[in-house]
Amino acid sequence: MTVAAPAASRPAAPRAGRLALVLAAPLGAIAIALAAGAALIAAAGESPLEIYALMLRETLGTGYGLGQTLFKATPLICTGLAVALGFRAGLFNIGAEGQLVVAAFAAALVGVAGRALPATVLLPACIATAALAGAAWAAIPGVLKARFGAHEVINTIMLNFVAFALVAWLGRGLFVAATVHTAEIGPGAVLPRLGGLIAPLRGSPANVAILLALVAAVLVGFLLFRTRLGYELRALGFNAPAAEYGGVSIGRAQVTAMALSGALAGLGGLNFVLGYKHFFELGFSDGVGYMGIAVALVGRNHPLGVVLAALFFGALSYGGLAVNQRVSKEIVDILQAIVILAAICAQPAVERAARRLEG
Amino acid sequence: MDALLFVAAALRISVPYTLAALGATFSERAGVINIALEGIMLNGALGYVLGAHWTGNPWAGIAAAIAAGLLTAWLHAEATIRFRADQITSGIGINLLAAGLTQVVLLAVFDSSSNSTRVVGLPEWRLPGLGDLPGLGPVLAAPLVLATLLAVLFGQAALFRTVFGLRLRSVGERPEAAAALGLSVTLHRYAGVLISGVLAGLAGAWLASEQHYFTDGMTGGRGYIAIAAMIVGKWTPIGAAGACLLFGAAEALQITLQGIHVPSEVLQMLPYVVTMLALAGFIGRAVPPRSLGVPYDPERAS
Repeated sequence: MTVAAPAASRPAAPRAGRLALVLAAPLGAIAIALAAGAALIAAAGESPLEIYALMLRETLGTGYGLGQTLFKATPLICTGLAVALGFRAGLFNIGAEGQLVVAAFAAALVGVAGRALPATVLLPACIATAALAGAAWAAIPGVLKARFGAHEVINTIMLNFVAFALVAWLGRGLFVAATVHTAEIGPGAVLPRLGGLIAPLRGSPANVAILLALVAAVLVGFLLFRTRLGYELRALGFNAPAAEYGGVSIGRAQVTAMALSGALAGLGGLNFVLGYKHFFELGFSDGVGYMGIAVALVGRNHPLGVVLAALFFGALSYGGLAVNQRVSKEIVDILQAIVILAAICAQPAVERAARRLEG
Repeated sequence: MDALLFVAAALRISVPYTLAALGATFSERAGVINIALEGIMLNGALGYVLGAHWTGNPWAGIAAAIAAGLLTAWLHAEATIRFRADQITSGIGINLLAAGLTQVVLLAVFDSSSNSTRVVGLPEWRLPGLGDLPGLGPVLAAPLVLATLLAVLFGQAALFRTVFGLRLRSVGERPEAAAALGLSVTLHRYAGVLISGVLAGLAGAWLASEQHYFTDGMTGGRGYIAIAAMIVGKWTPIGAAGACLLFGAAEALQITLQGIHVPSEVLQMLPYVVTMLALAGFIGRAVPPRSLGVPYDPERAS
């Protein structure tokens, strides 16, 4: 089972042409999905234009909607970065969901245990715990791959289910009686809402976690394109035998890539735990780890692309809720699925076109 | 007697896993990873409920489940074989699609986003002899249980004792060689994926028939467990069925023990941990088909 390496930087071909090729599959896929969505909306007896206009108004047209969109996009940026970083290194991390859950649980426990501590200690401790827990959980399939050649796709899927069961089991003794959530974290661990800083966002759940996510995106970009480690990871993804010949220790690079990927996914849990509910709750992740795959795919495994794609999917996600009175919000799930399917179906054709263009 | 009842419960629980894992074996032996099983099963379950709801006949439900499974698998085949899309991502996309689609249909037909109205289940056939077995009799009277046992034996023979099986496996191992011998790689890969569609659709039908309802997300990760069982079973029908029975037994144990001695969550982890150990080579070597996951591109075959 090999996973197609992401199209890394291509030489030759004029810049504009290259950009068009990079964007062709994701933008085409979004167009196809919106067209299919229009057909579904029409089938439900509503006007597609009206519904789409309403979605746009409710997400980007009001401060509150924008805040909701940012809130929905925050974990998607993290899981999208996690999947994208893995892809760059030739690894398919389907385990962002489980990594995020384990990390959020661990961060919440630290936040509860240290509730008396000041923010200067507790907040960094919670963030570091999330990153480390996510990294540790993701390092398991990394080690299994490096040491035994076990495929990371299956192992990350398995570990998602193990994570859900593990957290439910540990939670038995730790959750507040008769609930499936932990106690509240200390005030020092709380990430403030953006509404307090930017008045138009007031009332929305958008919080400082999105700034953390954006910083993570910048750091991933720097790591991938400006450091030796990033170069090694990309070399591994592009051509593993050549990378090994060039002096890259494949096993170590694989474990490092998985751990970094898991750390990013782990940060995705902070939005909910530190920034929104202030506790960990079973089932809060709601598929954001899997959606990270769509985000990475549409964002073409580039940090900037990931941020934009996460904002798009975040808007779609909240937009679906906003129009739920008129068309069922599940139509949005279908749209997301169509974006994924159309993008991956178009990708091989785009790559063939790129090869022809470069002769 | 208690032991027999336990075996009966394990057998009953393992039916959907076994059907789907058998399907996964055919798909993956042909070279196509099929993570879409979860979505195929979910659509199959909805198919059964719609068929049974509209006609009142469980066999119409079975036919609709097979049709829904085939259609969903065909989508996966189109994406991965015709368009050579990444097989894992396609599977995940299809699972998301099925999750959304079943909810929209549920809402449109039953005016509820969580469950359907009650539908008729499959009848029981008490065969003379088999049906009178102590403990196991009632389980074997369920037509799909017997069909599953036969399908496993038949599948094992078809895959390893027939020309079709040899050809199917050859396109999953060395498609270039198969093509050089004049075999259609495309045709055999479609066959593998579509067979998995029929079987996983039936797995969904069994779940819906047992519960008499469709409920949102009712497959609950069983498609992924089926893939795990196929790996533990080393990509063979009988091996996969054995793993499914083991996983079914673990689940039956959860119900029996009700968390008294061993927390149910720990037993829940069992299939996944066993699979990881198998993949790492601690339980024999699990070697996937050589070209699994690699789209076949005749232009690039050398």
